[in-house]
Amino acid sequence: MQDKNKIMSMTKGNWSKDEPLYLDYQATTPTDPRVVEKMLPFFSERFGNPHSRTHHYGWDAEGAVENARAQVASLIGASPKEIIFTSGATESNNLALQGVGKFYKDKRNHIITCVTEHKCVLDTCRHLEQDGFEITYMPVQQNGLIDLDKLDAAITDNTLMVSIMAVNNEIGVIQPIKEIGALCRAKGAFFHTDAAQAAGKIPLDVDDMNIDLMSISGHKLYGPMGIGVLYVRRRPRVRIVAMINGGGQERGMRSGTLPTPLCVGIGEACELAQKEMGAETERLKMLRTRFYDGINERLDEVFLNGDLEQRIPGNLNISFAYVEGEGLMMGVNDLAVSSGSACTSASLEPSYVLRALGVEEELAHTSLRIGLGRFTTPEEVDYAVETIATEVTRLRAMSPLWEMAQEGIDIKSIEWAEH
Amino acid sequence: MAYSDKLLDHYENPRNVGAMDKDEDSVGTGLVGAPACGDVMKLQIKVDEDGIIEDAKFKTFGCGSAIASSSLVTEWVKGKTLDEASEIKNTDIAQELALPPVKIHCSILAEDAIKAAVSDYKSKKDPKSEAAE
Repeated sequence: MQDKNKIMSMTKGNWSKDEPLYLDYQATTPTDPRVVEKMLPFFSERFGNPHSRTHHYGWDAEGAVENARAQVASLIGASPKEIIFTSGATESNNLALQGVGKFYKDKRNHIITCVTEHKCVLDTCRHLEQDGFEITYMPVQQNGLIDLDKLDAAITDNTLMVSIMAVNNEIGVIQPIKEIGALCRAKGAFFHTDAAQAAGKIPLDVDDMNIDLMSISGHKLYGPMGIGVLYVRRRPRVRIVAMINGGGQERGMRSGTLPTPLCVGIGEACELAQKEMGAETERLKMLRTRFYDGINERLDEVFLNGDLEQRIPGNLNISFAYVEGEGLMMGVNDLAVSSGSACTSASLEPSYVLRALGVEEELAHTSLRIGLGRFTTPEEVDYAVETIATEVTRLRAMSPLWEMAQEGIDIKSIEWAEH
Repeated sequence: MAYSDKLLDHYENPRNVGAMDKDEDSVGTGLVGAPACGDVMKLQIKVDEDGIIEDAKFKTFGCGSAIASSSLVTEWVKGKTLDEASEIKNTDIAQELALPPVKIHCSILAEDAIKAAVSDYKSKKDPKSEAAE
C-alpha cells in the first residue's frame, strides 16, 4: 500500500527531494497507476490461462487479452489479428529481423538498417551477417536523420527488408517513416520499424506509413515491463519463421502462454496514450522549451545533439562543453539522467549514436540525455535547470579545458597523449 | 556505483583548485590525459629554494574519481621533496579513495600528472636533465 501511495504522489507531481528526480523517460517509464489498476484483478482473481478453451476462467482471460490486442491495434491503425504479443521490443526486433530473414532467405538476402539503431537491431544484424545475409548500415546526417536519397540508392532488387527505427532512444529524433515506407513499398522491400520510443508519443498509422512490421515496448509507454508487441502485416502478407516454438500461440509466430496481466497493461497503456497524445505533446513541448531556454539563459557553449524540430517532445540531449558527463552526473546526483560519456558504459567508448552524428569525441563525453514525461512538472524542470547550471558552472571553474578555451587556446592544437 | 566518503568529499569540496603562472621558474606544470578519452588533468607544483613542494594546484576535466584523485595528490605532494613526490604510487591513491576497479586509470593519470609536473620543473632548472628523463 505504501508503494502505491508513493506512485500516486509521484504521479501527482509531489516530488519530495527525498529521492532523485526522475528525468530518464527514454530508459523506462513508471507504469501509470490507471494501468496498474486494470492489471491487478488478473493476478489472483481472474487468473485463468487465456488458452484454456473449456471453462470460464480461460474464456475470461482470453476476452481480456483480445480486448488488449484491439487497444494496441487501434493505436497504430492495425487490425487486432496483426498484433503478436512478445516479451518486449528486443524480442520483437529479433523476431522481425530473424523471422523474416529465415523465411525469405532463398529469395532475397539483403537487409538495410542504420548505424544509430538500438543495439538489439544492430546485434541481430551482425548475427544475420554470419548466416549469409548482406547488411547495409546507413549513415545518418548531422541532425541524426536518414538521407532518403541515399536510402533510395541503397535499395536493390535483392533487398528483403529495411529496418529503420521510428524514434532514436538517445537523441529522440523522428525518422521520416512515411517517406521510408513509400520507398520500400515502391521497391518491393519489407519495412520494419522499431517504434519502442515512438509508440504512444507520435501518431503512427501502419497503412498510411506503409509499415510491414513494427516493434513496441510496454514499459516505454507507461505500461509494464516484460511485454512488447510485434505488428505483422496481413495484407499483403508478411511471413515469419517463429523463434520460440511450442503450443502454437499467437498464430504460430510466438508460442508460450500469454501473460494476461501484462497484455491488459500494455493494452490499457496504449489506449491512454492514444487518448492523451494531443494534449500531452503540447504540455511536454512547453516543458522542453522551458528546460532548453533555461539552460541557454544560464550557460554558454551548450550544444543540442540531434534535430530540434523532428524530435519527440520529451527528449533533450545536450553537450555541456568542457565538463565531462559522468563527473557532471555525480554533481547532479539528485537528478536521474543518463550520459553519453564513455565512463558510464561498459564499452569505454563514447556513445556510438553521437559519434554517428559527427559529434566530436570530446563533446560526446560531455553529453546528458534528459527525458521528460507524463509526470514531469514545471517545478521539476526549474529545479533541474538550476541544479545542472550550477554544477556545470562549478565544474567548468575546475576544468583545464574551459581555462584553455577562455585563454583562447585551441584544444585541438595540443598534442594529447591518448591513453 | 557506490563511492567512498573520502572520494565524495574530494569531489564535492576539492582542495587546491586553481592555476599558477606556468612561465615562472619555480612552477612545474603537468598536463596529462586527452579530451577525447574523457580525462584531462593539469597539476602544478611550486617548489621552494630547498627543493620542497610548497604549494600545488589542479584543474581536472573528468569523472568524479579523476577530480578526487587529482585533489588528493595536491594535498599529498605539499611539503614533500621532488623525489618523495615522485614516489607516490597510483595504488596508494586508489587505496586511499577506495576506487572501484573501472576507475583505476584515474589514479594512474594522477600519478602521471605528478611525474609530468616534477619533470617540467626539473627541465626548467636544468634543461639537460630533460634529456635524461
